Amino acid sequence: MRQILLFISIIFVGILFIARLFFLQVYQDNTNNLYEDNAIRKVYDYPKRGFVYDRNGKLLVSNQPSYDVMVIPREVKPLDTLEFCSLLKIDKDQFIETYKKAYTYSPRLPYVFLPQLSKEDYAVLQEKMRKFEGFYIQKRSLRNYETTIGANVLGDIGEVNQRIMNKNPYYNMGDLIGMQGIEASYEKTLRGVKGIKFIQKDRFNRNIGPYKKGKFDTLPESGKDIKTTIDATLQAYGEILMANKRGGIIAIEPSTGEILSMVAAPTYNPNLLVGRDRSKNFTKLYNDSIAKPLFNRSLQGVYNPGSPFKLMNALVALQEGVISTDEKVTCYAGYKYGNSFMKCHCRVGTRNDMAHGIQESCNTYFATVYRRILDKPENASLGINVWSNHVKSFGLGNFLNNDLYVGQKGRIPNRDYYKGIYPKTFYSTYTISNAIGQGEVATTPIQLANMIAAIANRGYYFTPHIIKEIKGETLDLNFTTPKYTTIDKQHFEPVIEGMLNVYKYGTAKYLQIPDIEICGKTGTVENFVKIDSVKTQLTDHSIFVAFAPKNDPKIAIAVFVENGYFGSRFAGKIASLMIEKYIKGITTRKDLENFVLNHSLEDEYAKPYSGVPFKINRETALQTIPIEEVNKLKAQLTKLEY
Amino acid sequence: MFRQTDRHFKFDWVTIILFLILVVFGWMNILSASHSGITIDYLNFSQPYGRQLIFIGLTVILIIFILSIDAKFYERFASLIFIVSMLSLVGLFLFGKNVNGATSWYGIGGMTIQPSEFAKAATALAVAKYISDLNTDIKAFKDQIRIFIIIIIPAFLILLQNDAGSTLVYASFFFVLYREGLPKIYLTLALALVAISILALKFGPIITSVLAIIFIIINYFIPKKKPVILQPIVTAMACIVIAFGIKFFYQNILQPHQQDRISLWLRLEKDPTKIAQMRRDILYNLYESEKAISSGGFSGRGFLEGTRTTGKFVPEQHTDYIFSTVGEEWGFLGSVFVVIVFVLLMLRILKLAELQKSQFSRVYGYSVASILFFHFMINIGMVMGLIPTIGIPLPFFSYGGSGLWGFTILLFIFIKLDSNRINEW
Repeated sequence: MRQILLFISIIFVGILFIARLFFLQVYQDNTNNLYEDNAIRKVYDYPKRGFVYDRNGKLLVSNQPSYDVMVIPREVKPLDTLEFCSLLKIDKDQFIETYKKAYTYSPRLPYVFLPQLSKEDYAVLQEKMRKFEGFYIQKRSLRNYETTIGANVLGDIGEVNQRIMNKNPYYNMGDLIGMQGIEASYEKTLRGVKGIKFIQKDRFNRNIGPYKKGKFDTLPESGKDIKTTIDATLQAYGEILMANKRGGIIAIEPSTGEILSMVAAPTYNPNLLVGRDRSKNFTKLYNDSIAKPLFNRSLQGVYNPGSPFKLMNALVALQEGVISTDEKVTCYAGYKYGNSFMKCHCRVGTRNDMAHGIQESCNTYFATVYRRILDKPENASLGINVWSNHVKSFGLGNFLNNDLYVGQKGRIPNRDYYKGIYPKTFYSTYTISNAIGQGEVATTPIQLANMIAAIANRGYYFTPHIIKEIKGETLDLNFTTPKYTTIDKQHFEPVIEGMLNVYKYGTAKYLQIPDIEICGKTGTVENFVKIDSVKTQLTDHSIFVAFAPKNDPKIAIAVFVENGYFGSRFAGKIASLMIEKYIKGITTRKDLENFVLNHSLEDEYAKPYSGVPFKINRETALQTIPIEEVNKLKAQLTKLEY
Repeated sequence: MFRQTDRHFKFDWVTIILFLILVVFGWMNILSASHSGITIDYLNFSQPYGRQLIFIGLTVILIIFILSIDAKFYERFASLIFIVSMLSLVGLFLFGKNVNGATSWYGIGGMTIQPSEFAKAATALAVAKYISDLNTDIKAFKDQIRIFIIIIIPAFLILLQNDAGSTLVYASFFFVLYREGLPKIYLTLALALVAISILALKFGPIITSVLAIIFIIINYFIPKKKPVILQPIVTAMACIVIAFGIKFFYQNILQPHQQDRISLWLRLEKDPTKIAQMRRDILYNLYESEKAISSGGFSGRGFLEGTRTTGKFVPEQHTDYIFSTVGEEWGFLGSVFVVIVFVLLMLRILKLAELQKSQFSRVYGYSVASILFFHFMINIGMVMGLIPTIGIPLPFFSYGGSGLWGFTILLFIFIKLDSNRINEW
């Protein structure tokens, strides 16, 4: 024992040390990651964010420099707070509060002390920055919108939040990321890759020199410019026409699926979301829960499609062979099924074939057709699935898988959908509202525009997209391969004929544009809201879908004006004007334009919130806008001409 | 490899090679810990790594000198060497130079010499000389006291210079005395003292006293032959006095920073924010050294590649905290290598000591192994956060001429003694 006490002690301590080393160096999770090594300072070099152009090469979005004041709390030395605050134009309380926040966030990590300094403030501050240890200036690039239009399309960039940083380690505190629109969909393309320099620090946080002589440093890779499919002029025109209204316009080039314009009203000036006031303005827009300017109605607005949906039923009926184009259906100013009656504005005894049915938007005709489709197989349960699949082949009832940041599925019901409501028996009459685009069917404006594009193409469509060109990259195959519908080509002609008649003789006959053969369809959609838990009907939505020219379609369009009443009152006019503007570049139907510009629907929108009973549809007078306002809009229009 | 009879190569080469490995590897780590940037000028003598190179060079001369002196010289002049060494410690009170709060250095020209580093070897010689004296009986209480006095003199002088760490090293002689026949009761007492101290600090003196008394009662009733009743009573009283004494010592005599070190080690503080605060402030060195060691991972970042070492995050890294450099740059593999080399060196010395024919050589060899063991245990244990912060160097590794020479003298006197064992008289 006497001889081995020291021996045992040595062995014991040796093993203990090895165990401890094992715990510290092997068992504990040690990342040898340079990014997490706080002995290495990471200095980022932000690349230029790519520019955004319209389809004709007009610059829409560029960059402007901005300067953030950053702080690393642990490195802060006592400073002349008064001077610092006056340089930054903040007060002392704000200084203390921000400093505390920064310290809570992390004493060792950089925190954005004051974002987006103006150039002038930066110039003054830069001279004195070295006096304030622990603070430094990080240069960043902000967006500069060369236009006031297209906020919904272009989107904006904002600072990353903790959630994004957790999900994607590329981003650091204070980095900017696309939040909406193109900026979000093409974030990776536009932002490029930031460069990084690793700098060895000592324990006093002084820089000693580049880590390993800059072996791991990377150069920034600048973001790529992108060309969008948007036609800036058409977009601006659409936005002006939609002033004082709510809704959306989607125009698509049928032969490519390129989105020519995507108007969501109300909109806002994209420059509001740039710079230091971004969050203030964003909050204001975000909190506007009535007009919802951040809600992209052309992509996210799910509405009953109304009469334009009759086109779908006509096509499915022809494909299923349940009706011929010549067969006439008698309308008794409505359609009687069981004990119910669906009204129609046809005179009693009118006999409509398919062209007339579309032209006059006869409810009876389409109710008949819809029932025949559903009843063709053994029972309506099978029938509605057949019907549903045909309709879905037009891109309705599902996400389009496009490159837009937001979207909605809409709803095209099948038997499963109705299982909850009609678990056992199911007859075609149960869902008769679907025949006229009311009831359970629901679509977004972009889906309707895509449907029209498929009709214009006589049977196929390209997924609508907003990207036209990225330098050095080919477009996603998804956007360049046609998607075929389940309807054979020959069935489209009669329907298109009917749509042409809508313009020639039907509900849109006053909206004709000289020299352009437009095929269209009006829609008037009943809608309801709950006011104090009472279901109340509001003025109908005004809907219009169209494409033109008939034989070589260049534009397919869907217009949706909330509470605009009948289809040709607002939506139809706007569609016609847009089509003419796009094809001819000028406006000849000034009368239509004046009507749209002169009238506002703001009164209409205020009604549900007024708290008093109100009248709807034809019982209300249309609100006109003061002449100065109209002149302002007209002045904007004149600017567009150049 | 070499015949034992060959006059020039009869030294124990295993020990010498282990020594060389430690010195060379130590210098490489000093280089890592003290180079200041991109280019390294090896002959830059204003830098620690440059100076250490000179120290190592001088060590070679020192070794030749030690090995060429006749082995009997060390035994014959042990007392004189001890007295000179003690005088050099006393002289510090008159001519000493204060560095970092400890008056442990003589300033000669631009150089400083720390006599306490040499006092270890001198004390070892003196202890060996006294124990090996034919008139000495270690079982006799009178002789025990004399040996204790020999050990306590340097320890006390060094403590007065405010170098508590180096003082503690003299406790290592306990291993030597125990090996040479110090009665078992001392080991029991030492272990009991340590146990009572820790318990008293951790759970308070009252609980400790109760536990001690229960323990003593059990011990009293188990053996069939009962000792006199007085003995357990005295023991119990002593335990109670020690328990309260330790608490008093901790609260009133220890300096605040020493209190905090112990408090953190025994996890006495319960308030988490205060613990975090203490860790940041008092244990900043430890925090950084542990971080540096763990950042090395399994295979380390590579020689001169440690970011925390290059950034000088660990204060005093080239001296007391040199092991953290090994940890960061050479990882688990390198650290284990160092631990194993140290263990092998100590075991080798231990084995050689047991082989000695003369008691003087054996006691001296045992002292060398014990002193190295204490430094090894305290230094690396401290750097890895296993024991409270006690500032003593890692032998052959840490930067410093006095330390390197002190340990070299300590070791090579033994190598010389060992080489002489075949022609003992």
